Amino acid sequence: MTKFITQDKKNGEEQKESSPKPIEKVSIVISKGSLEEVYPGLIMANGARMEGIEATIFFTFFGLDAIIDKRMDKLKVATVGNPAMHIPTMIGGLPGMSAMATKKMKSEMEKLDIPPVREFIEMISDTGAEIYACKATVDMFHLDESDFCEQVDSIITVGEFYEKSAGAQIIFT
Amino acid sequence: MSTETKNEKSVVLDQDGHLANREDWTKELAQDLADHEGIGELTNRHWDVINYIREEYEKNGDAPSIRKLTKESGVSTKELYKLFPKGPAKKAAKVAGLPKPKGCI
Repeated sequence: MTKFITQDKKNGEEQKESSPKPIEKVSIVISKGSLEEVYPGLIMANGARMEGIEATIFFTFFGLDAIIDKRMDKLKVATVGNPAMHIPTMIGGLPGMSAMATKKMKSEMEKLDIPPVREFIEMISDTGAEIYACKATVDMFHLDESDFCEQVDSIITVGEFYEKSAGAQIIFT
Repeated sequence: MSTETKNEKSVVLDQDGHLANREDWTKELAQDLADHEGIGELTNRHWDVINYIREEYEKNGDAPSIRKLTKESGVSTKELYKLFPKGPAKKAAKVAGLPKPKGCI
């Protein structure tokens, strides 16, 4: 038998008592559909599962594009109205700019081993995270279950979202 | 505790629960670490993961991303989460005697 001794951060006795309770569950809302606004939520959901934290993702409004079968492979980076892109708005609006920025971002992502959206959603679903679509948006856009990728667990109302988020930290992106 | 059997030895972990000295790692210790982490009996599939991440660590100085691991070790994401529940990347690194992985994916 091996006895394990844990090194303390500050050789302190009271360290255990002072450390806050770890996060056990997160509920992530993805409400926008451009590539750069979908990825952060996906990375956070996957990162939560990697840490042993339960995760639920709720896609709403244009965020639904990330789980719509026909659209999820075609998400684009927005090149207009984002000062942090460092492209003047007028230039960003020229044809092909968004496609170029999207290609660039995808290749940088691949270098970091961050998968494309479809593969990422499959991976996150395989980790045991739950994936939901927002009922109000589904109705608004006249969609139904057949429009979504198979990883979507169901279409739920905002009320059900709150029920499923019991005990979770809700993160809106 | 100090007068325990001759087989008992003490091993130091860092504040995150990873081996403080990588040289302490042995195959036998991996099972003890797995017990300590609540993983239980290590199967061949666990060893596929452990051996793979140890190899990657030797090559790159960091544990592989989960995506790379599942693609190259033949263990799927689903299975990985079953083998090392409650945080596979960290748990597997702990059992393999490696420091906390640095990647986000």
